[in-house]
Amino acid sequence: MPDVFELGEKVYQSRLIVETGKYKNFEETKKAIEVSGAEIVTVAVRRVNITDPHKENLLDYLSPKKYTILPNTAGCYTADDAVRTCRLAREAGVGKMIKLEVIGDDKTLFPDVPATLEAAKILVKEGFIVLPYITDDPITAQKLQDIGCAAVMPLAAPIGSGLGIRNPYNIRIILEQATVPVIVDAGVGTASDAAIAMELGCHGVLMNTAIAGAQDPILMAEAMRLGVEAGRKAFLAGRIGKKLYATASSPLEGVLA
Amino acid sequence: MKIHINGEEKEILDGFNIAALLEELEIRPGRVVVELNRTIISREAQESTSLKEGDVLEIIHFVGGG
Repeated sequence: MPDVFELGEKVYQSRLIVETGKYKNFEETKKAIEVSGAEIVTVAVRRVNITDPHKENLLDYLSPKKYTILPNTAGCYTADDAVRTCRLAREAGVGKMIKLEVIGDDKTLFPDVPATLEAAKILVKEGFIVLPYITDDPITAQKLQDIGCAAVMPLAAPIGSGLGIRNPYNIRIILEQATVPVIVDAGVGTASDAAIAMELGCHGVLMNTAIAGAQDPILMAEAMRLGVEAGRKAFLAGRIGKKLYATASSPLEGVLA
Repeated sequence: MKIHINGEEKEILDGFNIAALLEELEIRPGRVVVELNRTIISREAQESTSLKEGDVLEIIHFVGGG
């Protein structure tokens, strides 16, 4: 049976979700996303520059026919703002799946958990497919799952920090009790971080800076694709247990006397 | 008359509807969403929605972001 990733109302081949910020230009964004193999891409909702309306539009480069466009609520600091942003995004006609993030603090960009829960309740009731960005807190994950979110997305480390999976044990607890996909969102720095997330059993990984901020974003996009695939396969294969002492790999019988 | 568009005060002709304003601003309607005084105005309703003094209009679209 092929290993596919079910999220919301669709089935995907790729378990890597990429965001579209911080690239040099739309051309680079497009190329990196193609190479990453991602089928879901996040976008932000912002005011049109009315003094320069002819600027190119991101969707001219990332066709909603080819990709699932996942609007985010980046920059929202209250539940109200996040809900308003989601309603606007839905009106744009790219579907009803959204990445909910309600930021609690400028310096850490950690989520405001109570506000995230509040917004999630409203959005689920309004028929959105809600993917919330949260801290790696199993209780919050449980609550959001109970509300009806379609996934939970714990951070591995602060957004853009590249610190990797800071608390794999919490991620494991979240995974153990999850009845919805668990997607590591934020903190991945390099391909091994993505692989570790997948080896833990996460269903997907979401990232932006690790690719867009690399010296060679296109090459890193490929590395991330391979990292996610390697980690997923290793998880499915079932790794060996860790032991303190050696176990010989060659037969012990027939050794020359 | 004066209205607010994306946080900026703008002088526009009386009787403009939203569709006409977007055309005036040279904004492709297919790629944007319009909110008037905190209410979303669907594309179909843009032509029949006239603007009045003091209206607060937000015109948004998708940009790269994470």
